[in-house]
Formats: sequence, structure tokens, C-alpha cells
Amino acid sequence: MTNFSYTVLIPLIPLFVFLFVGLLGHKMKPIVSGLIGTCGLLIAAILSYFTAYQYFFNTEKIDGTYQKILAFNTIWLQFTEKLHVDLGVLIDPISVMMLIVVTTVSLMVHIYSIGYMKGEKGFARFYAFLSLFSFSMLGLVLATNIFQMYIFWELVGVSSFLLIGYYYEKPSAVSASKKAFIVTRFADLGFLIGILILSFNTGTFDFISLTNVNGAAILTGAGASFLGLSVMTWSLIFVFMGGAGKSAMFPLHIWLPDAMEGPTPVSALIHAATMVVAGVYLVARLFPVYAISAPDGLLVVAYVGSFSSLFAAVIACTQYDIKRVLAFSTMSQIGYMMVGLGVSKYGGEAGLGYMASMFHLFTHAMFKALLFLGAGAIIHAVHSNSMKDMGGLRKYLPITHITFLIACLTIAGVPFLSAFFSKDEILTAAFHHNMPIFIVQMFVAGLTAFYMFRLYFRIFWNKDTHYHHTPHEAPITMTFPLIFLAIASIFSGYIPFSQFVSSDGVPFHSELEWTVAIPSILVGLIGIGIAFVLYKKESASSQKIAISLKSFYVAIYNKFYFDEIYIFVTKKIIFNYISRPVAWFDRHIVDGFMNSIAWVTNAVSFRIKGFQSGQVQQYAFVFVSSAILLGIFFIYLYSI
Amino acid sequence: MNLDSFLLMRHEMVLTIITLMVLIADLSFNEEKKIKVIWLATALFAINTIIGFLPNISGNLFGNMYKNTDLQWTMKNILNLGVLVVLLQSVEWLKSADNKYKISEFYLLVFSTLIGMQFMISSGSFLMLYLGLELATIPMAALAAYDRYRHHSAEAGIKLILSAAMSSAVLLLGITLIYGTTGSTYFDVVALKYANIPLQTLAFIFFFSGMAFKISLVPFHLWTADVYEGAPVNVTSYLSVISKGASAFILIIVLFTVFNSISMIWKPLLYIISVLTMTIGNLFAIRQQNMKRFLAFSSIAQAGFILLGIIGASSIGMTSVVYFVFVYIFSNLGAFGVVSVIYYKTQKENMDDYNGLYHTNPKLSLIMMLALFSLAGIPPVAGYFGKFFLFTAAASSGYYWLVFIAVLNATISLYYYLLVVKAMFINKSETPIAYFKTDVPAKIALSICVLGIFFIGFFSIIYQYLESISFGI
Repeated sequence: MTNFSYTVLIPLIPLFVFLFVGLLGHKMKPIVSGLIGTCGLLIAAILSYFTAYQYFFNTEKIDGTYQKILAFNTIWLQFTEKLHVDLGVLIDPISVMMLIVVTTVSLMVHIYSIGYMKGEKGFARFYAFLSLFSFSMLGLVLATNIFQMYIFWELVGVSSFLLIGYYYEKPSAVSASKKAFIVTRFADLGFLIGILILSFNTGTFDFISLTNVNGAAILTGAGASFLGLSVMTWSLIFVFMGGAGKSAMFPLHIWLPDAMEGPTPVSALIHAATMVVAGVYLVARLFPVYAISAPDGLLVVAYVGSFSSLFAAVIACTQYDIKRVLAFSTMSQIGYMMVGLGVSKYGGEAGLGYMASMFHLFTHAMFKALLFLGAGAIIHAVHSNSMKDMGGLRKYLPITHITFLIACLTIAGVPFLSAFFSKDEILTAAFHHNMPIFIVQMFVAGLTAFYMFRLYFRIFWNKDTHYHHTPHEAPITMTFPLIFLAIASIFSGYIPFSQFVSSDGVPFHSELEWTVAIPSILVGLIGIGIAFVLYKKESASSQKIAISLKSFYVAIYNKFYFDEIYIFVTKKIIFNYISRPVAWFDRHIVDGFMNSIAWVTNAVSFRIKGFQSGQVQQYAFVFVSSAILLGIFFIYLYSI
Repeated sequence: MNLDSFLLMRHEMVLTIITLMVLIADLSFNEEKKIKVIWLATALFAINTIIGFLPNISGNLFGNMYKNTDLQWTMKNILNLGVLVVLLQSVEWLKSADNKYKISEFYLLVFSTLIGMQFMISSGSFLMLYLGLELATIPMAALAAYDRYRHHSAEAGIKLILSAAMSSAVLLLGITLIYGTTGSTYFDVVALKYANIPLQTLAFIFFFSGMAFKISLVPFHLWTADVYEGAPVNVTSYLSVISKGASAFILIIVLFTVFNSISMIWKPLLYIISVLTMTIGNLFAIRQQNMKRFLAFSSIAQAGFILLGIIGASSIGMTSVVYFVFVYIFSNLGAFGVVSVIYYKTQKENMDDYNGLYHTNPKLSLIMMLALFSLAGIPPVAGYFGKFFLFTAAASSGYYWLVFIAVLNATISLYYYLLVVKAMFINKSETPIAYFKTDVPAKIALSICVLGIFFIGFFSIIYQYLESISFGI
């Protein structure tokens, strides 16, 4: 067996970079801290690629199955003989795949930020947080047990909070970071409850024993039933709540659009490629448990994913802020991945959805990071987020234009680009296992093509906007990641994914199913066509459509008023009817009790001041009499 | 006596040699060079500390008069480390013009008391213990009166010597009764013959009163406040940290080895004393405005917590006590260090004077905050673990009510520790203490404290080592 213990370095390097840059960053030149961060990530990336090579090509499969390898493990907290929390590194197909995704995108973002963040106040701070995030995300990916995952889960949340609030002088950034933190924290409460029920039920935190198909955790099965669902199902639904929070699934999605207040590279890294897919990864991690012990839980995953993807795609069609369009598109694509998992079964060909979901996660990371970084280059050039201020940019930003176009074509599912393969496999899986969801996803595919090309045409074609100063192409540090990711977006679809990642670890063969592929291509082309007609040239027809839809359009534009609903629920209902009474109780009853204790303490303390008279003879008297009294007391009370 | 025997008692031997060397240096240096004694003594003591850490040899000497085990070796090393910090903190103070002619006196007195404490820790007989006790007490009175032209300091000295004489008399009476009833002063013999009979109980209570005086347990604590306030700051920190820690070590050893047959007596005794000490210490500490007095009373309350570990009478209890004292030394010396630095730079020692300190001296304020947090037992600093283990020890022996009272007291103590933090960080001041540079030795001392406060808690190996050498009854 190959020795993988060096993999522990992959998360540790960014951690050291974080500590180093975080503590000493203010003493260095900004560029130095950027270079240190980039170099650290480069090493981590090289190690990850090496790990992938070793794991997939140089490690023996047992019975044709990829093994889960515990590369490093140490007991961190020992509660009882059986129950302990470990920290370690787990190597298996999906963790290796995520290593590649995280380090690649993170490296690109590091390089990109050298150009994008140039001259910003707190450059070193930015890189320190970026490294902190990379560390947390890698730790999450490599977690050997669900508790370790939870720890890093929260760390990821914190670093996301720090990075969204990077421009902490802007009130909107501050409130966005708070919102992201609170919403995901709320979801994580569910996650924690899920972990507690799950581990109570199965007696283990460990992923390997949890997901062992012949292991006690799955065989002891479901446990007692509650409200028609087994305890196991409930626990997994709660766990999924945490995943839905991080992955911005409906109805916990409200933080993601606001999170776009962070610097664009952050959006690319955290809110497109890595952190937001943590929920998908979580479900995939526990997939055998879901599939075998709690198929109902999996159904929840499928429906939530499907609804979210439709919901987000509809909203994306109406937004003007280009980053928000991308944010909703991210939410929609993650919905796809959830659908993939939700419709999958365990083992062999039936596990197509699982494979497709991971595949889509991979390709999505590449093209969505590309889209965000491209958007960053555009914003860099135009100094605005709104597509109303853009138009005709293809002349000024040739590289950005081409790479952005590639990304749009990819996400629209144009044949032979990467997302075409991955998305079609999700659709195929849905087609075989859940027809209603298949139809919804097909419709969403068309919507996706439409809103992406609306975005594309509005930015690069349409009217020629007059700019205050001529937009210019970004520096090489920014265009290089674009080109790299564009290449990845084109070719990553040709990776024979089913040979590497499958629900039970056994490679299988998957083929494109043309009965699904051809309709999806057509739907995509229709979407692009409509966008072409409406937005290629400046025209009033799009406005007319919007006006004809009237209130419906307004509702969509306002994201179905979800933020308002949340505010109503929290401010009006929870604050008034729960928080106020609790606060009153706290202020008057609890505090009153405590204050009276304090008052008594104070009064007593005042009274006994006299003992400390300062006279030695009194001290001696107290001393001797205490000794004698104690002596008498104990002789009479305790002597036999 | 062969070479091994010397190695066995090397802590005391080396320290005695160093004391003599300082004495000789003092005689041979002329007036201008006297100040060099500071460096000589500090360096020599640092070497002594390092020598102390060399691997230990266990064994007995002088027909069981003197004992040395890994546990005692560790205790002595902990004390050495603490004294080193105290010496470093004293450098600036000793350099002042007032002290010019009595620099070496300070070192002689400190070293003498330390030798006394180390002999006490290693004693195998009540006679040895008593000798050590006197050696550790009488020079202490001279130390308290070190600023003898200052009214308060002289008063502290005379109060200490009078009270100590009183307590020594009671303690000696106890020892006499022990000898009278058992026919021996040796610990191992006494332990075999001790039983729950009235005269022996009385003897024990008298002996205990004498020890309680040293640890300043209520109601034997009355001398503490006046002496702590009157003595120079560095002497106060020495008294309240090192001397108290050493006495706690001795008490636990004697209780566990000699008096284990009457644990049914001393457990309820400690119960009462512990509750009294924690509560009264806290109640007095709340009202203090003078920082020295404040820390003095808080250290009384801390002593009450120490009893929680002893009362468990288990090896976990002993571990937790040694561990707590180890942590306590760094925390309290950190706090005293800041107080002394500020006092000698600005002559200010009231809590109000600390208002707004953070804005002028952020580093000192942060160290002070850390030290106070550690004293209060806020995680993740080491003080938290110290308290946690003490409470665990008591709870695992079933003293839930005692732990409950201790937790209440810990909460009260948090209040007054935070008062200081509030003063430094939140309160505004028209005339805050101006910025000043801390002298290098004090900086080193404070760094040692900060390191200790941070790292002892995280290195479980320390606790595990202590656990491996501890014993219960």
C-alpha cells in the first residue's frame, strides 16, 4: 500500500501561511505576502496532484474497489473507550477529487488576486484570510469523521464571514457577512443536531465505519420511527440542513446573493467553486448511509435540489448585477448536483447520479470560477457591477471576452464542452429514476442557457456604452487564470470520471445517452437563441416582456420577497413574541436574582471589614482561639 | 556520604553555595561595583534552576531525615522557576538609589528562605520540617521590612515576625504533642502510630494551624493583608506565590503520608476551612482598591481552591494541586509583575490609576488581562485547566457541594478580576499612566509568565508527567 501520510501537509501548509502572513503581514511589502500565499498554495496543489496520481494509478484496488485509506489519524478527544473524536486525513476518490478542485481553484484565485487586489488596503490580511479559508476547506475535505468535518465546517464559515466582510468599512459588506454567518450558523445547528442523533444511534463519528455497507452502522439500520420517518432518516435530514445552509439551497439560500459584497476573487473561490459545494460533498460523504438506511432522506435532497435549481434560475433571468446573476446560477447548478445525488441509487450503474453529481461538481468548479474571475476582470475594467452600465465590451477586453464566452457555452451545455457531459449524466440519472424531476431539470437547462447568454450579450454586445475612461484588459496575473480555467472548462469533460468516482468505489462504464442528450442540446440552443434575439442588439422587446408580466416580473426581480419574509418572521414574530418576553424574564427575574446575590455579597463584605483591624494582638487572639476551637470541635465530633 | 548523596540534595547544596558566593561577592566588591551583584546573583540562580532540572535521583539521607523523590524534585523545580521570575522582576527595583547598599541582602534573604522551603519539602521528620520552616520564615520578616525607612514596610516586617512567632509556637506545641504520643518525630514512624485519639487530634490541629498560617487559610490569615500591603511589591509577590505554593506542597505531602490514618478528621476540617477561605478571601478582595491588597486577598481565595484538590485525597488530587500551583505561579507572578513595573515607574498602585492603561501601555495591559483571566480560570489559558482539574478531583471524590460553592466563588472572583480589566480597557481617564518602556529583565520575566499561561494548559504531557509521579492515600 502506498504511504499517504504526507497528505497531512496539504492543509497544514496554508495554515502556516495563514499564521505567518497573518502575524507578520503588516511588516512585509504587500506583494511579498501575496507571493508567499501563492507559493504555499502552489506546493499544496502540486502535492494534491501527486496524491491523485498515486491514488488512482499507483494504489492497488482490492476486489476492483477503490479503498478508503486512513492516511493519518490521531485521537484528539477521548470521551469513552468507544467514543472519541479524531483528527486525521481520509483519502478516497471523492476527497482526492475535492483536493484537486480546491487547490486548483484556490491557486488560480491566489494568482488572480495579485492583480485584482493590487493597491487595496489590507492586502496581506486578504491573503491571510484566503490561506485560512484554504486550510479550513482542505481540512473539511480530508476529514476522517463527521465531527472533524463539523469543526472545519465552522472554520470555513468563519473564513467566509471574514472575507465577505473584507471591505468592513462598507455597511452593506458588514451586513452581508453577518447575514451569511447567521444563516449558515442557523443551518449548522441542524447539522449539529443531526450529528448528535446520528452518532448516538450508530455509536460512531467515523466515516469509514459509518459508510461501511456491511458495518454495524448501516446494518443496525434505522432505529425507532418518529412521525413516520425513522430516526436515521431524521438525523440525515438534519445533517442535510447543514449542507443546505452552506450550499445555499432553498429556503436557506438568502445569504448567497448578498455574499457577493466580498471581493470578486473571494466569490469565485468560496461562493462558486468550493465552500458552497460543501453541502454536496457532505451528502456524497454519507451517501451509502443515505442510500441504504434513509432513502426518504435522499428524496428530500432531490426535491430540495430540484426546486432550488428552478427557483434560482428564474430569479437569475431578471437580475442586473452581474455577480448576483452568477450567484443565482451557482445556486441553480448546486441544485443540479443535489438532484444528481438525490436520484442516485447505491452501487454500480444505478449509482450513475452519484458519479454525475461529483462530475458536475468538478466541471462546475472550473467554469464557475472562470465566470466569476471573468466578471472580476469586467468589474475591474468598468468599475461597476450593473450590466446596465456595460455593453460592447468585446472590443476592449478580448481575452476576457473569449474566456467568458467559453464559460457561457459550457454552462449552457453546448456539446463537447465539459458541462455538457456532466449535466447530461445528471439528466440521464433523473430520467431513469425520477421523471418529474427530469422534466424540471430539462426546463432549468433551457433557462440556464437563456440567462447566461442574456448576461453575455448584455456585457459584450448590445449597445455601445460610453465609458468615462476606456476599459482596458486586465494584467497577465488576471488573464492567466482565465485562460487556464477556460482550458479546464473545455477539456475536463473528457476525464473518464466513472472510472474514478462511483458510489461504491467500483469503476464502471458510462456512456452518453443520446435520447437525453439531444433534447437537452435543443433546449440549450433555444435558450441561447431567445437571448440572442432579445439582447444581441439593444431592443425594447425585453422590456416589453417584462412589462407584460408585470407583478410577476417584479416578484421575481425581488427574489420572490424572500428576504422580506425572513425579516418579517424574525423582526415581527420572533422578536416580538419570543425575544421580548425572554429578554424581560432575563432582565427582571434572572438579573434581579443575580443582583440580589451581588448586593448581599457586597453588604456582607462591608460588614466583615472590622475583622481586619490591623492590630497584631487581635490577630494572635483570633489565631489561637480558632486553633483551640477547631481542636475541641473535632475532638468531640469525630473522636471515637 | 558519597557523591550520589550530594547529587540527591543538589537543590539545597547548590543554592547554599550560591548564597555564600553572593555573600563573598558583596564583601569583595567596592561601593560602585555593588550593583553588579544583581547580575551575578540572577545569573547564578538561573544556572541553579537549570541544574535543578537535570535528571533526578530518588533516595533518603541522614537516616530518613531527608527524602527526595521525583515529586519533590518537581516541586522544587517549580519553585525555582517561580523565584527566577521574581528575581528578574526585582532587578529594576534593586537598582534604585534607596537600595544601593542592601542589594545583596535581598538575595541572601530570598535564597535563605528558599533553602528553608526546599528542606521542608524534602523533610522526613518533624524536626527537619520545623528547621526548614523557621529558615523560611524569619528571613521573610526581614524581607518584608526591606524598605525599613518606609513606615508600612517596617510595620509589615514586625507584624510578620510577631504573627509567625505565634504560629510557630502553636505548631511546635503540636509537634511536641505528636512526639509525646508517638515517641518519634520521623514521618514513617509517626504515620504508623497515628490514630483518631483526642490528644493526637489536638496535636494535628495545632500542627495544621501552623501550616495554615503559612498558606494564609482563613481564619489564620489575618496577618496577610497588612504584610502584603506593607512589604515591597516584589517581596509581596514572593510571599504570596512562592512561599504559599511551597507551603501547599508541604501540607499535601504531610497530610498524605503522615496523617493519612486520620483523614476522617482532616477531610471535614479542610472542607470547612476551604469554604471559609474561598468565601472570605473573595468578600475582602471585592472591596480592595489597592492593587497589592487586592491581589493579596485574591491569593487567599486561590488558596481555598487548592484545598479542593487536597480533600480528594487521591493521586488525581495531588496532581491537580501541583499542577494548579505551577500554573498559579505564572499567573500571579504575571499580575504582580505588571503591578511592580507600574509601581516602580510611576509610584501608582491603585485600581483607579489603571484607568485607560490600554491606550498608553497596550502590551502591559494585555499581559495583565491574560494573567487575570488565568487567575479567574477563563479558558483557554492555563488557569482554566488548573481550576478544572481541582474541581474534577473534588467532584470525583463526591464533594459536589464543595465544588458548587467553589464554582460560585470562582464566579465572584471573576467579577473583581474583570474590574481591573474594565479599568484598563474601558474606563476613561483624564490622567492615564503615561507610556513607558519596561526594563529588559522584567520583560523576560513577563514573557516567561505569558508563555507559561499560554502553553502549560495545552501541553498535556505536563499533566501526565505529574500524574505519573503523584500518589494518593
